[in-house]
Amino acid sequence: MRRIINYAPRPGVRVILAVLPFVLLVGVYFLGSSARLAIDPADKLMPGFASFYASMMRLGTTLDIATKQYLLWWDTWLSLQRLFLGLGISALIGLVLGILVGFVPYLRATFEPFFAAFSLIPPLAVLPILFILFGLGELSKIVLIVFGIAPFITRDVMLRVASLPTEQIIKAQTLGASTWQMIIGVILPQVMPRLIDSVRLSLGAAWLFVIAAEAITAEGGLGYRIFLVRRYLAMDVILPYVAWITLLAFLMDFALRKLAAAAYPWDRIKAA
Amino acid sequence: MTTIQFDNVWKEYDERIVLERVNLTLDDHEFLVIIGPSGVGKTTLLRMLLSQETPSRGRILIDGEPIAAEPTADRGVVFQRYSVFPHRTVLGNVMMGPQWAQAPLLGRLFGARRRAVEERAMAMLTRVGLAEHAGKYPAQLSGGMQQRLALAQALIMKPKVLLLDEPFGALDPGTRKQMHQLVGELWEENAMTIVMVTHDLPEAFLLGTRVIAVDRPRTDPQAPERFGATIVSDYEAKCRIVRDSRRFEAERTQARLTLVSDSFVSAGGASAPALVKD
Repeated sequence: MRRIINYAPRPGVRVILAVLPFVLLVGVYFLGSSARLAIDPADKLMPGFASFYASMMRLGTTLDIATKQYLLWWDTWLSLQRLFLGLGISALIGLVLGILVGFVPYLRATFEPFFAAFSLIPPLAVLPILFILFGLGELSKIVLIVFGIAPFITRDVMLRVASLPTEQIIKAQTLGASTWQMIIGVILPQVMPRLIDSVRLSLGAAWLFVIAAEAITAEGGLGYRIFLVRRYLAMDVILPYVAWITLLAFLMDFALRKLAAAAYPWDRIKAA
Repeated sequence: MTTIQFDNVWKEYDERIVLERVNLTLDDHEFLVIIGPSGVGKTTLLRMLLSQETPSRGRILIDGEPIAAEPTADRGVVFQRYSVFPHRTVLGNVMMGPQWAQAPLLGRLFGARRRAVEERAMAMLTRVGLAEHAGKYPAQLSGGMQQRLALAQALIMKPKVLLLDEPFGALDPGTRKQMHQLVGELWEENAMTIVMVTHDLPEAFLLGTRVIAVDRPRTDPQAPERFGATIVSDYEAKCRIVRDSRRFEAERTQARLTLVSDSFVSAGGASAPALVKD
């Protein structure tokens, strides 16, 4: 009998084990749903997979009368637009501020404590301020995402800059590099993989802010739809929407991971 | 010609005295090795030469001028670790210095100028025996190869002084021996000054032309930080006059050989028309 940590599954078994929890979850839902539907065919809390399919087909392929849109795709488009804009602006702010503040001692002394305090402000608590300042439109939603995520990314980039060995910076100087040349030639390339990682880690938070902002006020969006149909107890829309958001988030995470591996092969080699 | 002069240099951190009364004059083309027990300030001495740290008192002169306040391209360096850039290939690492010098804004060259730098870098890599690894990343190289890369990267800038901070400390004995050979040869070829810190005595006397030991001459058991370390022994490992005469002999032999071969060629050229004339 070996210790339990010394038993490792073979590759084939590994795939089966990875799929198992998903199958279990769907199976348990199916059993519960069938049991409830057997008692009350009009049950709203745990609708069957057939009603999921019907709702999604309705939202995805028929034109909504009020908005003149295919709702599923329109919602997806609106939410993704907000998410990408918010994440992109956050990443850019995080990169520029993180490198500058992390690398230049005077900026660091000035702004590091400020950023540390700033990043502790709960973004949702200032949401009303954003609505007052920027109105109820797109701007306030994107500002909310940026407000929630940019401080995290900035601090992460800053830490990465600080963790680069001093030897490298000294060496670069003995090779005649200026501050600007060091930023674009030494710091930036080594920070980029970390930036992508920290964007990946912020995906969950970014979705949270998108949905929270949409829940309060919007004309469309995945979060808006979920909170709208909640009034009718329409679990047949809410559950597939949640699954769809999860899938989108997973695909984005996957794409970012692949991007990092393709664009920065040396990072992978170093880690190995 | 490069001379280094330490003029009564002290280094203190608050109450703690690390180095005191360091006086040293180093001639051109010396290989200075600094030895001493660990934690005594050998590396601090090297860092001051690098302008990574500044002396609390006294001054350091290079060629009679006060040392620059920050690291500059006239002093190359190889550390024990982290001397190369993990995100550039071997060739890219060597090309960084020249590219920075020639492209202030982008730090990258294109076209013919890039090819010229590439050629120089490849020649340098061939010299240190890394030509076939030019496309790899540093993380794919062994420790000894990384140090050779760091040497090539520093030497392509043709520094006046090369500073080595325990460069072979992390290498296995076989690799270390090869590195000694290489560094010795590079020092001869480039006719520069090398300052190396090590705690390996055989290495110090094998490579160095001058070996100085740094230690605390006085200690106060009640206040161990009251007295700093200084140069306690200064030893000329390879006599300058012997080195000079050897180099002179080599040059004279070389000159004689070229003279002889030249006269052969000219004699041959002169004899042909002479024959025709006869």
